[in-house]
Amino acid sequence: MKRFTKTALLAGTIMASATAASAVDIEYWQYIYDTRVEAVDQLIAKFEEANPDINVKQVTFPYADYQTRVVAANMAGNGPDVLQMFYGWTDSFVNGGVLQPLPKDMFPAEQIEADFFPIVTAMKRGDDYYGLPTAVRSLALFYNKALFAEAGIEGPPETLDQLVDYASQMAVKDSGGNYTTVGLTVEMGGQDHQWWREVLVRQFGGAPYSDDYSTVTYNDAAGVAATQWYTDLTTKHEVGYTGFMDEGQAAFRAGRAAMTIDGTFRLGSFRDITDFEWAVAELPANADGLRSNYASYFANGIGAKSEGEELEAAAKFLAYLSSPEAMQLWLEVVGELPARPEVALTEANLADPIYAPFLKGLEYAHTTTFVEEQAQRQVAMDMANRVFLQGQSVEESVAEAAAAEQAIIDRAR
Amino acid sequence: MAMDTTSPQSAPRLSMRTRRAIWVWAFLALPVLFYSVIRFYPTIDAFRLSFTDWNLMSKPAYIGLQNYRDMFASAEFWKVFRNTFAYLIIGTPISLLLSFLIAYFLDRIRFGHTFLRALYFLPFITTASAMGWVWRWFYQPAPTGVINSVLGSVGMGQLDFLRSTTWALPSIMVTAIWAGLGFQIIIFMAGLRSIPQTYYEAAKIDGVGDFAILRKITLPLLKPTTVFLVVFSSIGFLRIFDQVYNMTTNDPGGPLGTTKPLVLMIYQTAFNSYQMGAAAAQTVVLFTILLFISLLQLWILRTR
Repeated sequence: MKRFTKTALLAGTIMASATAASAVDIEYWQYIYDTRVEAVDQLIAKFEEANPDINVKQVTFPYADYQTRVVAANMAGNGPDVLQMFYGWTDSFVNGGVLQPLPKDMFPAEQIEADFFPIVTAMKRGDDYYGLPTAVRSLALFYNKALFAEAGIEGPPETLDQLVDYASQMAVKDSGGNYTTVGLTVEMGGQDHQWWREVLVRQFGGAPYSDDYSTVTYNDAAGVAATQWYTDLTTKHEVGYTGFMDEGQAAFRAGRAAMTIDGTFRLGSFRDITDFEWAVAELPANADGLRSNYASYFANGIGAKSEGEELEAAAKFLAYLSSPEAMQLWLEVVGELPARPEVALTEANLADPIYAPFLKGLEYAHTTTFVEEQAQRQVAMDMANRVFLQGQSVEESVAEAAAAEQAIIDRAR
Repeated sequence: MAMDTTSPQSAPRLSMRTRRAIWVWAFLALPVLFYSVIRFYPTIDAFRLSFTDWNLMSKPAYIGLQNYRDMFASAEFWKVFRNTFAYLIIGTPISLLLSFLIAYFLDRIRFGHTFLRALYFLPFITTASAMGWVWRWFYQPAPTGVINSVLGSVGMGQLDFLRSTTWALPSIMVTAIWAGLGFQIIIFMAGLRSIPQTYYEAAKIDGVGDFAILRKITLPLLKPTTVFLVVFSSIGFLRIFDQVYNMTTNDPGGPLGTTKPLVLMIYQTAFNSYQMGAAAAQTVVLFTILLFISLLQLWILRTR
């Protein structure tokens, strides 16, 4: 009897370890956004079918909490194996020991740089890559076709001068002098701060930062000219103002903004618009034909605590998440652009009137290396507000903003 | 330990009084323990953290008084400090005066009394964030904002409310006053009801006027209620967050930081910038202010 018990125990142990060896459980973390969660569910199902020995569990948190949760879980030693993160968090996550570099054998740097859009290098620290994107985002000009037709304007503006011209034609005020429709939404708190930073400043001949993004360089004639042009939209040309209908995108949705600058991520919510037709165009060029854009992305990285067979499984899953197949699915389910040119720049996508302007933007886009996106956005908002609300001169306001932003960058480094 | 002492052997040695005390403490131990772990320990720990540089990811590094020096040297902190006191110094007297007046007159009417009281109380039980959003839309410029649309339709100019560096703070404060009014009215009415009618009757017989009754009888006897409400309302205004955050999410505490209270600054420092040490230092300042104001008010309004 005793021997039997022993044997049974032994057999049990062997079986238990055998099942453990045959199925690895890993966790994937991302924030809650319906279509993204849905896309990952589908990707996990496909991945598990191809890899029956790996179980992936998706864990989600509200966006507002997400970063804190990742950091707190990492401190407690039970962070995710694979996690989604904004490219702008890389510095703090790498320095804070949240991420580990992608295994070089599976993800050689040359291969990554050959296969992905160049903006992928924002995930590189030293020789190591810390994550890969599935999808990328860029900016474009959304315009209300009905309002354009009403004003008798043919197509979207090609240049900044046309943008001002069209926008002032379409801005409407009532007898009391209040806007009922704006020509262009003016809102630094939306995507305008990205537009101003990486597009306008460059189009006026400047550069927002030094090449390594460690020094603010927009406090010069070009930066002032770009800011002057931007604030003139409200103060001189009266095409619109910050706060109209609470948010620029709300004004556009309500059909009360002829144009707004926004990103790929807005496509989902604008697709519900039924009252009027809208279209998308590339961001306007300057008089010399120079164009620029701001691109960003969420990447997938591997948690620092993952090791052994879990690390192997995590690397496999991450490879799948950045595969052409996953990108195609992401485009269909979420609507974000694939991060590999081979998947993104297909004939079908380039012929698509909505995707094409965003894709063209990717070719010449810049990716700001933020140390703290919210704080840096606040600097741009305050810069515009000082001009709008306090009548500060543009020169002084730009200088104040540059000093404030430099302090934020210095503090983080 | 408490359990052992109630065992049969030792029971006869304890007096009834001691045993009762042990039982009471046994039951109190749970909430005390709970509060120690989730309230008192973090509060005390905040003092320690305020002397460190900690971003949640690294180990907290001791940096002495650096967080305090940086904080007192920053113009933003002093702006936020002024805002916080503006909420307190304007908000508390206005809300108390209004709630007392309403309670005083509501107490004298019979027709529709319950209905009116419920109406005043309603905002207090509404979620602050929901209310914040409703007011945010009221305050919008035309064509979305109700107030400005009405002003526009009668040919008057627009008020900028939340987009003005001068009027944004009062606009938010109004909603906070309105939200807290119901509670204060109920407490004031309870206070008024607890004053014995005999005093009033005696005064009437002596032919004292209404105003004199108010000044000589009602207000002095209402003092405990007033003290409680002053402290309660002051702490509420010093901790204001929900209304500000929900009404200014596009530019939290804006425009240009003119509506930002200390709590919102602490929130941003901790959970946007992850500067836990600096946030702890700000928390210590808030704690000190709360303590000081509460003690000061208790002392000023003490019964002599």
